Amino acid sequence: MSANVAAAAKAAPSSDETPAISVKDLRKCFGDHEVLKGISLEAHKGDVISILGSSGSGKSTMLRCINLLETPDSGEVRVDGELIKMKRSRDGHQMPADIRQVERIRANLAMVFQSFNLWSHMTVLENLVAAPTHVLKRPRAECLEQAEALLKRVGIWERRNYYPPHMSGGQQQRAAIARALAMNPKVMLFDEPTSALDPELVGEVLRVMRSLAEEGRTMLVVTHEMGFARDVSSKVMFLHKGEVDSAGEPKEMFARPPTPQFKQFIANFNK
Amino acid sequence: MDFDFYLSTIWSVLKALPLTLEIWFFGIAFGLIIATGLTWLRASGYKSGEYFTRVYVFVFRGSPLLVQLYLVYFGLSQFDFVRHSPILWPILRDPMYCTIVAMALNTAAYESEIFRGALRAVPVGQIEAAKAFGMSAFTRFRLVTLPIALRLALPAYSTEIILMTKATALASVVTIMEMMGTAQKIQHDTFRPIEVLTCAGVIYLLLNLSIARLFAWVEYRLSPHLRPPPEQSQQVKPVPEVL
Repeated sequence: MSANVAAAAKAAPSSDETPAISVKDLRKCFGDHEVLKGISLEAHKGDVISILGSSGSGKSTMLRCINLLETPDSGEVRVDGELIKMKRSRDGHQMPADIRQVERIRANLAMVFQSFNLWSHMTVLENLVAAPTHVLKRPRAECLEQAEALLKRVGIWERRNYYPPHMSGGQQQRAAIARALAMNPKVMLFDEPTSALDPELVGEVLRVMRSLAEEGRTMLVVTHEMGFARDVSSKVMFLHKGEVDSAGEPKEMFARPPTPQFKQFIANFNK
Repeated sequence: MDFDFYLSTIWSVLKALPLTLEIWFFGIAFGLIIATGLTWLRASGYKSGEYFTRVYVFVFRGSPLLVQLYLVYFGLSQFDFVRHSPILWPILRDPMYCTIVAMALNTAAYESEIFRGALRAVPVGQIEAAKAFGMSAFTRFRLVTLPIALRLALPAYSTEIILMTKATALASVVTIMEMMGTAQKIQHDTFRPIEVLTCAGVIYLLLNLSIARLFAWVEYRLSPHLRPPPEQSQQVKPVPEVL
């Protein structure tokens, strides 16, 4: 770890430490369809990167390749400088070489899903406590205390003993964000966190995400919320047909779209 | 109406209830163990395991339990090696054990299918969330897949248990004097089939009613998330230790 930091510092003396996430030349096919055609990305500590793109552009797949919910066909993923080791199976497919390593890295990359995916047979509080106690092996009392604090923060402490089906979509997604925060993750991955919500519930979730961005959390956010991308994120990345079409500083990107595709994309949203 | 006869018949049949329950309990207990093994084999991903369970289910689900019981009780003792085996013979010469073996083998086929269906019905998103939070395969299974699958399997499983209660009556054909055997004996002695069989039928009904109620209660306890939400003012419930 410290060796990595030192190496990075030597390579780029003026720039900062090891990137929290570094993805290089990620490729992924589903059958004949090539979804990711060599994507690279670098997220430093405190970065909030909005990943935009139309349906089928590969943005969700890319996010899911980072925590190995999808196995990339080739390319490398590094989390905090640590390369996720891969190997080839006998039929030529790439697979994780060390599942323990993957599990350890996943515990540092909390994910928030489009459809919340709260465990439906557990109360909200149990949802928040399950992974910290069983994966991080932290003391139970401490986890419960933290869980209650997190639920207060996202404004659903009163619902701590509710089961997920008893809550609105916005409340469920806030609970899911709290569940992710309970892992004290290094990076948070958001996979279209507001896409399954009724329009009037989007605001409450975005407010929570904005507050996370403001306290300096490292976030990768696959989203269709142009307002969030423009105003909150520190970087915008636009995927088009499995490739990075353009990327840059949000205000600049929205004011002067660098490519016709991105221009077209935001024009469709402003209609 | 001859109340005294009804009462004495019910009393005689009830005295055989413990034996019926014994067959029932050990049949479903061993059946559950075999079914768990079959389900694991089926889900293990080994081709040979999958074929074995397919054939197993085909055979034991496809043929009558009565045939299976006769084969175990009358059939297996035809083989010398069975009669000379110090392990098999003590089991297979006893009609009680034979019934339990046949029932366990039979119900395991149905139960393994119930469990397979329940495992497949666990929403992918719930398992993905467990993966994304770094849970190992075992933790994932214990905290997420199994609790959800059990809840999904319960209704079909309770039906299978009730079918097994009724199947215990087959033990009477291999000389066991459980409830049905007792009822048949009284019927032969008295030539009053209506009264005797009605008594037996009512006892089976009440037995199954209590089993169904028991499962309904378990189901109720396990599915607070499917009922209307609690009142806002509800007392804070402690999170159970197992989680």
